[in-house]
Amino acid sequence: MLLSVRQITKSYAGADALVPVLRGVDLDLDKGETLALTGESGSGKSTLLHLIGGLDRPDAGTITLDGIALQGLDDKGRAALRRGDVGVVFQQFNLIPSLRIAANIAFQARLAGRDDPAWDEVLADRLGLTPHLAKYPEQLSGGQQQRVAIARTLAARPKLVLADEPTGNLDEATADSVLTLMLDLVRETGAGLLMVTHSMRLAGAMSRQVHLRAGLVA
Amino acid sequence: MTRAALMALLSHWARNPLQLFTLLSGLALATALWSGVQAINAEARASYDAAAATLGEGRFDQLLAADGGTIAQADYVALRRAGWLVSPVIEGRLNGVRLVGLDVLTAPGGLGPVTLGDDADIGAFLSGGGQIFAHPDVLAQLTGTGAELIPAPDVAPGTAITDIGLAQRLLQREGVLTRLIVATDQPLVQQPLAEVAPRLTLRAAQGGSDIGRLTDSFHLNLTAFGYLAFAVGIFIVHGAIGLAFEQRRPVVRTLRALGVPLNRLIWLMALELAGFAVMAGVIGVALGYVIAAALLPDVAATLRGLYGADGAGSLGLRPMWFLSCLVVALGGTILAAGGALWQLARMPLLTSAQPRAMAMASGRQARLLGSLAALLLGTAGALALWADGLIAGFAILSALLIGAALALPVLLDRVLALGQALSRGVTAGWFWADTRQQLPGLSLALAALLLAMAANVGVSTMVSSFRLTFAGFLDQRLFSELYVYADDAAQAAALEAFVTPRATAVLPLMSVSRDLANAPGELFASRDDLTYRENWQFLDAVPMVWDVLASGEGVLVNEQMARRAGLSLGDPVTVAEGVALRVIGIHGDYGNPIGQAIITESLFQTLYPDVTPTRFGLRLNPDDVPAVSAALRDEFGLPAANIVNQATIKAFSMDVFDRTFTVTAALNVLTLAVAGFAMLMSLLTLAGMRLPQLAPVWSLGMTRRSLGWFELARAVMLALLTAVFALPLGLALAWVLLAIVNVEAFGWRLPMYLFPADYARLGLFALLAATLAALWPALRLARTPPAVLLKVFSNER
Repeated sequence: MLLSVRQITKSYAGADALVPVLRGVDLDLDKGETLALTGESGSGKSTLLHLIGGLDRPDAGTITLDGIALQGLDDKGRAALRRGDVGVVFQQFNLIPSLRIAANIAFQARLAGRDDPAWDEVLADRLGLTPHLAKYPEQLSGGQQQRVAIARTLAARPKLVLADEPTGNLDEATADSVLTLMLDLVRETGAGLLMVTHSMRLAGAMSRQVHLRAGLVA
Repeated sequence: MTRAALMALLSHWARNPLQLFTLLSGLALATALWSGVQAINAEARASYDAAAATLGEGRFDQLLAADGGTIAQADYVALRRAGWLVSPVIEGRLNGVRLVGLDVLTAPGGLGPVTLGDDADIGAFLSGGGQIFAHPDVLAQLTGTGAELIPAPDVAPGTAITDIGLAQRLLQREGVLTRLIVATDQPLVQQPLAEVAPRLTLRAAQGGSDIGRLTDSFHLNLTAFGYLAFAVGIFIVHGAIGLAFEQRRPVVRTLRALGVPLNRLIWLMALELAGFAVMAGVIGVALGYVIAAALLPDVAATLRGLYGADGAGSLGLRPMWFLSCLVVALGGTILAAGGALWQLARMPLLTSAQPRAMAMASGRQARLLGSLAALLLGTAGALALWADGLIAGFAILSALLIGAALALPVLLDRVLALGQALSRGVTAGWFWADTRQQLPGLSLALAALLLAMAANVGVSTMVSSFRLTFAGFLDQRLFSELYVYADDAAQAAALEAFVTPRATAVLPLMSVSRDLANAPGELFASRDDLTYRENWQFLDAVPMVWDVLASGEGVLVNEQMARRAGLSLGDPVTVAEGVALRVIGIHGDYGNPIGQAIITESLFQTLYPDVTPTRFGLRLNPDDVPAVSAALRDEFGLPAANIVNQATIKAFSMDVFDRTFTVTAALNVLTLAVAGFAMLMSLLTLAGMRLPQLAPVWSLGMTRRSLGWFELARAVMLALLTAVFALPLGLALAWVLLAIVNVEAFGWRLPMYLFPADYARLGLFALLAATLAALWPALRLARTPPAVLLKVFSNER
């Protein structure tokens, strides 16, 4: 078992009282498995993704990633987890605007101490980024930037790839192309993939789907 | 990991060189202003110390002639025989150089600042043609002496030191001494001074050198200016760092999301800033050196004019100064960056990655700043009402300036909100609202502008008030058409007899140096003459003051002596041993640091019969001045320097005055220029962040040209509003300088005059600076290609 989520709860402070977002979610994911997390806006999909990625802490419950219990990690431990074990593909890409595309692709792998220029080249080639390696992010289209974000994540060879609506800003054709590439590469690296999406069409491409409703697995 | 993260952070500057330039130049300029002023201070202080060491001034007790004249060598010999460990000194002017003759074998301070090496030839110093140690700048003036000239940089500027015998010969004053230095350790049994040398009087050692004490006040003002300039600089740095952090928030969030620990990130950013601070500090210190080198000659002239103290005219590089300025640059950066790093440390990982300039002015923060500003301004007001002293004066200045700087964004926001409420039409409404939104990003630059303008208004009001008062004072005091100086008493008597039939009045100028109200001072004699009655004005006086003075029943004192000794009308002042007179008048005496008392001529001659006048003021028909001058030259062979007409003295005095404040004026201009630069940098930095706000307006039908004009108008309007707030702040600053700081530092209080034309001109300069600062960003905006504006929408997610 790569990922095990048990009875996770999370609330945020509202104007008058705490607003529960997750109310006891259970979830499992095996190595090499791809899972689509779907649900209405506000159902808690992104919050769950952030908790699994070590970007935030749950109020209660346990998350275990490849045998490591996240609740036992301090900030430093969580940072190490994000560097080495988890890769997050954000909807907003979150590239570093002052670095060239080549440096952006290699960036997380360097942080993790797993820099592999040959693998970077393969990723760039597969994602059609080779002609753009010397450019800056602002010089690329949205679809190209998302492919850079995917390359950056996969370059570090994470155990688990988390993707938060990675094609939410792309047109349908580009989204399909990006998703196909991502699935192929994830399978090749043997990583697990958990993708948040609104699109039932994209969710259908995953090996499994989990639907969240009002903070619970439906 | 560290390397990759650092590279990512540093790459921001490579992609945004303008921001890096803003940061470095802001810090460099702040350091430059500070270090420049400190360099001037350090250099001048080192000169006084050298002067004090040369003259043994202040450190040792001294014996002086009671009548203010010279000491006979016989008195010195008698004192040595009576067991007094004293050392003779003669001082005089030779070819414009202050020549000091010391007895190297008995002087407690040796040769003052001159260090003799092991191979020094004492024999050569004491005998034959002799040796003269002199500051290198005056060696050329001593070539005719026949002595061996040895450059000695540690000797005070304008000064030369030699053996007393050679000095007496060169000054043609053999057998005469100026004063005797009394060694600290004296024999237990000594014959009393009154028995051995009754004509001499003992002046006790002082804590610091006279010159140093007198010039402290001047340096205090310079130091205050240095702090003010540094504060302006820190505002700029704070703004630059704040904006840089703001723009890097998305990168910081990404780095954290990718696994860079927060602590590591904070350390890296602090390290990065420290590196920049050192770089900018070095540039700033170099710039400061240039500023100091440019201003130092004027400072030296100032000190010579105001106090007769020779300051350095050239600048040396002192390692301590260099290091201390670097430390200040680092400290300033820490101060400016502290808030930004603190915010970074507390920033939640999942906070919005978008620049949040608007949020900087969140209601809570604005309320907090407003409360702090009110507290500081209230403190300034309370101190002004109830506190005394120099420290209180500077505390008021600090509280006033910082309080006003903090209050500015709140006040501007209120004014803009009013403008928004009153505006009609959609464009005007947008303009006011958009300006309000811009305010947080510009507030630091505007605060720098406010401080710079207030400093200009305050300091120029003080200087101009001083100038006006000083000019009136010169008219009041320099009423004689011609001033004549005789070489000796015999010539003086003949001269007085010669001029009496040719002048409407002859006014002898006599004085002795003596302690007045327990401090060194000068006692003058005044002839009972209509001239004085018609011209002199008093700050306070008894009725019929001149009649009382003429009767020998009172004394006039200057303002600084009255303030220092707490004297008021009717208080007694000792003018000679056993003779005390009541104060009957207090007069302004600007430019003179020491106490001065005046008694009537007849009483003076009774008390000090040995003092004969050698200087005279002559009241003449102005048309007769050239003829009388020529007659004096022909009859007595007086050199031109001994005959000075009133116009020359007035012109010289005003010239000295104007040079005195050249430094202040130069610093004023520099500070304003730095503030203008801050505005330019802020506008340029903000320009990139503006596109997402302006693109929608453009898309709705406003031309790029109009947007450019609006940008320009916005900057000018904000500068105008800042100028409006700067005026009362500057006047308050002037009041504190005139009514508190100057009274404590100089001992006199000046009336405050207003100079509306100067303020209007300054306001125009500020608007011009703002226009120039806004021009480039506005032009860039007006020329922004539509494709770039459209990109805002394509990037919008």
